[in-house]
Amino acid sequence: MKRAHWEKNLLELIRRTSTDLPGDVEAALKRALKKEKKGSHAHWVLESVIENAAVARKNNVPICQDTGALLFFCGVPAGFDTNALTAVARAAVSKATRLGYLRQNTIDAVSGASYETNVAHASPVFRFQQRARKTVEVRLVMKGGGCENVGCQYSLPDTGLAAGRDLDGVRRCALDAVWKAQGKGCAPGVLGICVGGDRSTGYEHSKEQFIRKLSDKSHVKDLARLEDRIMRESRGLGIGPMGVGGQTTLLGVKIGALSRLPACYFVSVSFMCWAFRRRGALFGPEGGVKRWLY
Amino acid sequence: MKQLEYPFTAAKVRELRTGQAVSLSGRVFTGRDRLHRYLHDGGKCPVDLKDGAIYHCGPVMVYENGAWTVRAAGPTTSIRQEQYMAKIIRQHRVRIVIGKGGMGEATRKACSQYGCVYLQAVGGAAALLAEAIESVDGVHFVKEFGAAEALWVLKVRDLEAIVTMDSRGRSLHKKIAMASKRELKSLLGR
Repeated sequence: MKRAHWEKNLLELIRRTSTDLPGDVEAALKRALKKEKKGSHAHWVLESVIENAAVARKNNVPICQDTGALLFFCGVPAGFDTNALTAVARAAVSKATRLGYLRQNTIDAVSGASYETNVAHASPVFRFQQRARKTVEVRLVMKGGGCENVGCQYSLPDTGLAAGRDLDGVRRCALDAVWKAQGKGCAPGVLGICVGGDRSTGYEHSKEQFIRKLSDKSHVKDLARLEDRIMRESRGLGIGPMGVGGQTTLLGVKIGALSRLPACYFVSVSFMCWAFRRRGALFGPEGGVKRWLY
Repeated sequence: MKQLEYPFTAAKVRELRTGQAVSLSGRVFTGRDRLHRYLHDGGKCPVDLKDGAIYHCGPVMVYENGAWTVRAAGPTTSIRQEQYMAKIIRQHRVRIVIGKGGMGEATRKACSQYGCVYLQAVGGAAALLAEAIESVDGVHFVKEFGAAEALWVLKVRDLEAIVTMDSRGRSLHKKIAMASKRELKSLLGR
């Protein structure tokens, strides 16, 4: 493995993810701005975030100071050395922190000490999947603490929400989660939802929804319809950008589903903020970038 | 846009109303989870917070050529400091709290009682807010709390925010929570 080459390109992936907001997200924010009245708080918030994205790109600085948890989703061919990839990614994270693309964001839960390089036992996070292709796909999602804090997991039936074990129950959970958040987690962002799974796979799969393109729909017709319905109904809540009131509380809703135990029906809801930092690249075996994703 | 300069006296702050846009200049202190708990629990404050502004922020700072420079400095979610805020406002005569997402009842009451306001800055507009920071004039507790949680002493120029909780007891957050609750009830058919 050409370590130096891999490390250089993974550092570039981190830099892009941290400083360069993806085009589909920026376009969605611009569309949302048009829906708000000039002079309103919502208009000011959206104008600011759009301007911020441009400034961050130009000045090569993080879009948001909470550079978040670093979630690497990797697709690798059979026999690929994932330990080696993990090691170079960790080196790239350490360098990115030194260069100011990442904040010192990794705190020891027991001692309170800060890991200055952002490299610790559970940071960065790696998810590997073996695939039939010869290329290596690395996607990075930087998920801030604000949006992480407003995620929640429901266990149905939930009598408080009158939510039964069906897709209408899922709808109730999603709207409840958005209401509870009140724009915290930096609305307007994206909901990632998983129906089913267990308490850990449910949350994981809800976060895997964030590697989807904003414009896509679920392949499952009923879920695609539910994605649209939750988007539509969230507008009615009027919570708005950053919770200051307005038309747009969500930029998108992405729902996935996993099998479940008969006794369990979890609805796991994760939020991504408007600073939807997710990028990726297709790498050749030597670490050269064949194509940037998104 | 109402221009405010440090020191942010009680008189200046009591004039502000929820919904008003403000632009701050002068000295601003950052502080978040570790600092608030430390101060609340009786820790000695290394700076004079009287007539000051606390900015709930953990900036991205880089130390180069013997000085700190700010790369990104947007607000963090303020509600986590709710259990500490009222006491800190009272004891240290803090006049402005800047953050995102608002604060709760105890803080709302303290704002009325002691003359303080809550300003919402734009969450994640970290690059833009970094441009409003003219200089980093000092830092405390970097070793103890880490860079993100340290007390940074900043000089800002035209830092923009909205008053969402004023010193008359009004809170935009409370208003929106109630209005959206009614709408949620109708979406859930209750």
